[in-house]
Amino acid sequence: MEKTSDPTSTPARTLTTRMDRSRAIKNRITSISMAVGGISVILSIVLIFFYLAYVVYPLFLSAEMEKTTSYPLPAATQGKTLHLAIEEQNRIAVRFTEQAKAIFFNVTTGDVVENIDITLPKKTNISSFTTSRLAKGFVAFGLSNGQAVFAQHTYKTRYLAEGKKIIPSLFYPLGKNPIEIDRTGKHALTHIGLMHDEEKATLVAYTDDNRLLLNQLVFDDELSDEDNGDTEEISFDSTQIEIPNIQHVSKLLIDTSQSLLYVAHNNGEVSLIDISDLNDIQVLERKHVVADGTEITKFTFLTGEISLLIGDSKGKLSQWFPVQKETGLTLSHIRDFDSKHSAITDIVTEQRRKGFAAIDDKGQLAFYHSTAHRTLLHEVISESRLNFLAVSPRADTFITEDEKQQVQFWHINNEHPEMSWSVLWDQVWYESYPEPSYTWQSSSASNDFEPKFSLMPLAFGTLKAAFYAMLFAMPLAIMGAIYTAYFMAPKMRTYVKPTIEIMEALPTVILGFLAGLWLAPLIESHLPGVFSMLIILPAGVLIFAFGWKNLPKEIRQRIPDGWQAALLIPVLLFTGWLSMALSLPIEQLFFNGDMKMWLGENLGLHYDQRNSLVVGIAMGVAVIPTIFSITEDAIFSVPKNLTFGSLALGATPWQTLIYVVILTASPGIFSAVMIGMGRAVGETMIVLMATGNTPVMDFSIFQGMRTLAANVAVEMPEAEVASTHYRILFLAALVLFIFTFMFNTVAEIVRQRLRKKYSSL
Amino acid sequence: MKKWFKSGDPWIWLNAAAVSASLIIVIGLLLLIAVQGLSHFWPKAVMQAQYIQANATGAKPASIRIIGEIHNDEEVSIEQLKDVGINLETDKDTATRLLVKTGNRDISGADFKWMLQPYLTEEEYPEDIIVLERREWGNFYGYLKTVTDNEKVIASGADAWPELGKRLQRTEDLYRQIRDIEKGDIGSINYKMEKLRLAKRRLELDKEDTPENLAKLISRRNILEKEYAVLEKDLSILYSQFNQGSITAETMSGKVIKISLAKIVRAYQPNALNLFEKIVLYIQKVGEFIFDDPREANTEGGIFPAIFGTVMMVLLMSVLVTPFGVIAAVYLREYAKQGAVTRIIRIAVNNLAGVPSIVYGVFGLGFFIYFLGGNIDQLFYAEALPSPTFGTPGILWSSLTLAILTVPVVIVATEEGLSRIPRAIREGSLALGATKAETLWRTVLPMATPAMMTGMILAIARAAGEVAPLMLVGVVKLAPSLPLDINAPFFHLERKFMHLGFHIYDVGFQSPNVEAARPLVYATAFLLIGVIILLNLSAIYIRNRLREQYRAVES
Repeated sequence: MEKTSDPTSTPARTLTTRMDRSRAIKNRITSISMAVGGISVILSIVLIFFYLAYVVYPLFLSAEMEKTTSYPLPAATQGKTLHLAIEEQNRIAVRFTEQAKAIFFNVTTGDVVENIDITLPKKTNISSFTTSRLAKGFVAFGLSNGQAVFAQHTYKTRYLAEGKKIIPSLFYPLGKNPIEIDRTGKHALTHIGLMHDEEKATLVAYTDDNRLLLNQLVFDDELSDEDNGDTEEISFDSTQIEIPNIQHVSKLLIDTSQSLLYVAHNNGEVSLIDISDLNDIQVLERKHVVADGTEITKFTFLTGEISLLIGDSKGKLSQWFPVQKETGLTLSHIRDFDSKHSAITDIVTEQRRKGFAAIDDKGQLAFYHSTAHRTLLHEVISESRLNFLAVSPRADTFITEDEKQQVQFWHINNEHPEMSWSVLWDQVWYESYPEPSYTWQSSSASNDFEPKFSLMPLAFGTLKAAFYAMLFAMPLAIMGAIYTAYFMAPKMRTYVKPTIEIMEALPTVILGFLAGLWLAPLIESHLPGVFSMLIILPAGVLIFAFGWKNLPKEIRQRIPDGWQAALLIPVLLFTGWLSMALSLPIEQLFFNGDMKMWLGENLGLHYDQRNSLVVGIAMGVAVIPTIFSITEDAIFSVPKNLTFGSLALGATPWQTLIYVVILTASPGIFSAVMIGMGRAVGETMIVLMATGNTPVMDFSIFQGMRTLAANVAVEMPEAEVASTHYRILFLAALVLFIFTFMFNTVAEIVRQRLRKKYSSL
Repeated sequence: MKKWFKSGDPWIWLNAAAVSASLIIVIGLLLLIAVQGLSHFWPKAVMQAQYIQANATGAKPASIRIIGEIHNDEEVSIEQLKDVGINLETDKDTATRLLVKTGNRDISGADFKWMLQPYLTEEEYPEDIIVLERREWGNFYGYLKTVTDNEKVIASGADAWPELGKRLQRTEDLYRQIRDIEKGDIGSINYKMEKLRLAKRRLELDKEDTPENLAKLISRRNILEKEYAVLEKDLSILYSQFNQGSITAETMSGKVIKISLAKIVRAYQPNALNLFEKIVLYIQKVGEFIFDDPREANTEGGIFPAIFGTVMMVLLMSVLVTPFGVIAAVYLREYAKQGAVTRIIRIAVNNLAGVPSIVYGVFGLGFFIYFLGGNIDQLFYAEALPSPTFGTPGILWSSLTLAILTVPVVIVATEEGLSRIPRAIREGSLALGATKAETLWRTVLPMATPAMMTGMILAIARAAGEVAPLMLVGVVKLAPSLPLDINAPFFHLERKFMHLGFHIYDVGFQSPNVEAARPLVYATAFLLIGVIILLNLSAIYIRNRLREQYRAVES
């Protein structure tokens, strides 16, 4: 606070009255409130950046986990574990044992809540076990008499006076009667595989006398997934066949459409068998999936039942899925996971994401994400071999069982495993895609969907739109600014400049609307005309100029210098009309009457009605005023003594312009282009309305694009708060923010330097 | 020639052409929108003609009667027509194709038909063709047959038209009464009922749901229910009167259909109108456009809620943005120590104006709605949860978002104004013994008012045209109620609103009947552009006057 304005320090202090004091106080209050207000406004602007960063930040966090409890294996005497699982609320876990028990226990304390016997035929025991569709909790047991039992563990929540209680139960979707797979009834099923949906179920089993049997059940009524209390027997037609020549089986899996069977062999090979037609079963392929001398120790599906995860005895983890190639369907190696494991003992997939966890015989545990190709966690959690692992449906807790029959219960914080640098900016091989690609496809209806978060097509679309816009705007705006600032008559300039500048205020939604509904159809029907304008318009102008020069002096002198632009308006209108009128004849003459078809047939270019050309023009119009205004200022304020000097030395006005004026003003022009570019990059409505918004990566001028900004506008309202998708959209906004802010700052600094330079001249 | 090129003259001409092209684009755009937008309301002549239906199958061509307005025409090449199987026997290369609005969507399924000019014959403009603007199914074109009341024919033939005019007047009055009751009184009762429900929930949450408290609520509820019953009775009487009258009319295919008077907004005989009547009708239609509610998924009727929403949001925004922008500018210019820091801040503020508006929308959605709004709901509107009150897009958040978006504009403009005030004036004031605050309040700020005004107007102009951020923080295609109404607390900051810019986007791109909606979109665009250009021009005017003023002071 400046001392001079403080009345208490003036010589009038002796005369201090109450009035003066109150004035002093008011003065003080004003300064403080101004400072507080001013700083807070500035801070709140800064807040934008920090808030965006704050929302984006969790994307880059690694997973963290924390051990909650550890206890001995519940009901350890009732047989070895076959399978562990946790229910949705993280309260109860289940352990299926070899003695046909389902032991439900409190996941935190290990106290047994319920111990249910699995109904087996007399004098049989369990010889093999498998799970299918983890999220629904299906399990199947192969029995020693060649039959199989199919069960589901389900949980019901009851709200009682003392709080929420979860009641586990065991449900038999196909009825309690076992299903016969081996009709001889003598051979045990040593391996079993299962997949089912509402209409049919497929069971495969390998017997102890080396036969691979397949049993398909087609239900008469749609099968319900849930235990709704009715115990009605399910009726079905059963087809049984034997698949010959498949031996040394170690694992069996069936894909979600029940048309492919994967068989893992003891020697590290996998067979891919087409079972879509039971009368014509074909072995498509048999190949090594692990290094020689290693064994497949774990063989399981990633959520969605498309990708195979294979763990081996050397601790290697890899992802495979069938890819359609010219030679047919082949099981392709997609990616290896960077693991420091020794022999893998279990791989468990998350039920709602494409993540999974693996454990090994050295007590190590690691969490991975397949699409992101990321290792989120890697920790040694036990001194002995870890045997079993179960991850909760929400993937926020897990339990492990080790060789010493200790169960550990952990909480894990793993919010955004699907994020990684490679997901955003690299080619990723997505499930069911023939090759790695840049793809943006965020929406999903089911948990099985693999979200595709590549920002590349969007960034590409953004730059493509900006490129075409600049291609249109730069020549017009810069040339126009040069003329306006340097040649135009001052009187005309006072009208022209504000007219063009007022266009900056034009709402972009209107430009977008015109582009989409007026310009796009117009261009589509007059395509040759639009391109011929590129030649006809400049040619017309030059012809007119030449003619003008050769006109008699009397006529020429009626129009003073610097009014050429006004003269040219009718010329341009006429040539513009001419090219449009010539459109149809040109089309008939050169393009067989249909240029779009001609483009498709001869150049292989696909034509979208709302394409880059339309966007380029519309967005060009939006940025012309920006570039024009700044360029014009820069050129107009070039000190006059420079130009006068040049002219005095005999240079023509054009030479002076090229060698003196533009050279001096070039930083200003540069900053104009930067600012225009910044505006084009962030423009939303025009792109939203004038393109089809398809995220393709194609440089063709006849195709549309999807830009970062338009993508945010389209998807933001639907994104679930705090989901990865939501945060990635924030990331897109942050990228736009930083990008344009940097562009503008560079431009601003350049301009300030230039201003200083001018003032020193 | 070569010399001419060397002189650089052609380049100058080309540069001049760039200016001309830019001017043509600007003026052409404005003209296009103005012509398309304004001509929409002009009553077009309705043509009757015979049309030979061209068909590709080669069957005997049938001639049908066509009644409709010609909306557009274009040239198509004979080649292209041949490709789709139409063989025109002409030696010309092209044929004219007309876009005819035949209306009667309820019968034919589409409002518009493309027709080839050569197939049209016997074009005439009979005076007794009527156009009915309806509340649903779009326009009707045809001939009036009879006017009926409760199945009884009141008038037919030549008498029918005057009778229809009289009766329509009456139906219109009834319509207004019904709307007043439904929107006003019943709306208000529903609002109060909802308040009572929330009050009850509040009591439950606070564990104060004692029988006495609840009884109070119930008694209030009973009163409301009684009022409602009375209104409902009135309404049913009005409705029975409203639905009584109807007309029969002949469509272009000769079919006679019955149309309830309640469905008709306006009827006129376009070919019988003289110029003066046309102007009156034009003004009526423009009035309807500005002051009425939209009909038929926004493709017909007025845009009043959108105008109201835009104005409301912009006013709220300017109330928020002006003081803060001015304080920040005054702080930066008058109080802060000038140096590197203020320079950096100035550049940053300047650049924020160039940050894409969608980024502000994302910020508004995340910070204002989900964070601030979510917390406000938890604290003050817990009774309404899980349905959010402020934790959802609304007019307050839109205004705040746009305030942040436009604050740089106000800061820059105000700062410029402050910097133009000559030093001598400040020093004079201080020398006379005024404190800094007094100098600021009594001399500096009053002199800078025009600059602040400029800033505010520019901010408003920018805000009025922004759509992208609003799509995230508050606009909807159809808002059930305005943010300002007769129900306490009158000003409903949490409500969603309609917006001119979004209206253009929505009707132009999301509506199922784009062709029919297009003229309305042009009219909306024209209105929006008009307002924005007016605002900008006034800002320029004020700025110029300001400069003159200081020139006087300085000299």
